[in-house]
Amino acid sequence: MVSIVSLQGVVALLGRFPALAGADLEVGESEIVLVQGPNGAGKSTLLRVCAGLLRIEAGWAEVLGHDLVTDRAAVRRSVGLLGHDTALYDDLTVEENLRFWARASRVEDDAVPAALDRLGVAERLRDVSVRNLSAGQRRRTALAAVVVRRPHLWLLDEPHSGLDQSGRDLIDQVILDAAAAGATVMLASHELDRTLDLATRHLTVAGGAITSDERGSRNPGGHDAA
Amino acid sequence: MLRDVWLIATKDLQIEWRSRVTFSQVGPFAGLVLVLFGFALDANRPVLLQATSGLFWVTVMFVSTLAVQRSTSIETTDGARRALLLAGIEPAAVFVGKSIAVAVQLLVVEIVLLAGVVVLYSAHVEAWGLVFATCLVATVGIAAAGTLLGALVAGVRARETVLPILLLPVLAPVLIGATRAFDDALGSVAVDGWSWLGLLAGFGVINVVLGALSYGVLLEET
Repeated sequence: MVSIVSLQGVVALLGRFPALAGADLEVGESEIVLVQGPNGAGKSTLLRVCAGLLRIEAGWAEVLGHDLVTDRAAVRRSVGLLGHDTALYDDLTVEENLRFWARASRVEDDAVPAALDRLGVAERLRDVSVRNLSAGQRRRTALAAVVVRRPHLWLLDEPHSGLDQSGRDLIDQVILDAAAAGATVMLASHELDRTLDLATRHLTVAGGAITSDERGSRNPGGHDAA
Repeated sequence: MLRDVWLIATKDLQIEWRSRVTFSQVGPFAGLVLVLFGFALDANRPVLLQATSGLFWVTVMFVSTLAVQRSTSIETTDGARRALLLAGIEPAAVFVGKSIAVAVQLLVVEIVLLAGVVVLYSAHVEAWGLVFATCLVATVGIAAAGTLLGALVAGVRARETVLPILLLPVLAPVLIGATRAFDDALGSVAVDGWSWLGLLAGFGVINVVLGALSYGVLLEET
């Protein structure tokens, strides 16, 4: 198994608070890993550490072959993070936002129409200012900005929040397609009824540590184990 | 790097063009300050003419705090700063791009203000070259220092009030140098205005270099 994420005794601070307090984790290629746990358990922090956005105070970590202790900036271009914020510019249109993030990420412009189409925002919303979008439409656009980057590691924090039923189904399919194409997906979610069936593994985070790691109903690559 | 500088600068200017904040809020604010200074000093016309340079640059200082706040909030409102880090853009390119966008907006406001002091204060410009050179060099320093401090306070909860408190004292050398240079250009005080450009250029260079070197740390830590 090719190791995509490897953490050993990782400690990360939010201010002075140890949001991750000795996390150990191995994630392989094409896995869909559900990260569950109560509010404040450290799920979002775990994703931010894997994205190279948080400094590691103790322990050792490697993501996509990059050492996060010595050079965490190196991994950033290869990951796509959908956080609680959408990272969209209100005064630009949906398409202008995606074109900006594509160019910023060194991705060809022709990836933009495909991403817009994939997330169902191509027809009606392409030329709409982000300021005028609903919360669900913003979420779809934000995920389109992740899709356009074609990341090797997808880090999705509550990806279904604010979406209607069709939007949730669409997100699930995007995740399965990404894993089938060889990408690795880690998603933090409270929506267990939906995500338990989606994931190949279920992690439980509590008190900044990974307290359980169970195999899911799906095989790596997104195929149903049954 | 130049590609990223262009990307950031055009993005900020496109956002500004769409939102019309400079056009609809900052510009009128600058004009209003100029008019109010005129009301306050118009009874003593010679004093108003002698103070024109200072009033012009004090107004520019006020306007710069608004422009920098706007530039900072573009990136902080919905987590775009984090996405810029993830995109892998050189922080120095972000800094230079955002500084250019702020500088362009300030230059537009300065042109309007210049017309304002000529029309409202009856100021007579004797050296247009010195006026334009002063605006250009001073604006580079203001935009660079402002963008740098904007990043510094980005993570502060009350950044709207903290930014002017930090920025205005830092811009004091620009206020002094640019006012002296304008005094010469407007013929209100007998000084060598071109020699003051050296101070402005030095301020600009220091802040551009400081910003290019430290912006990455500020993006990471705030």
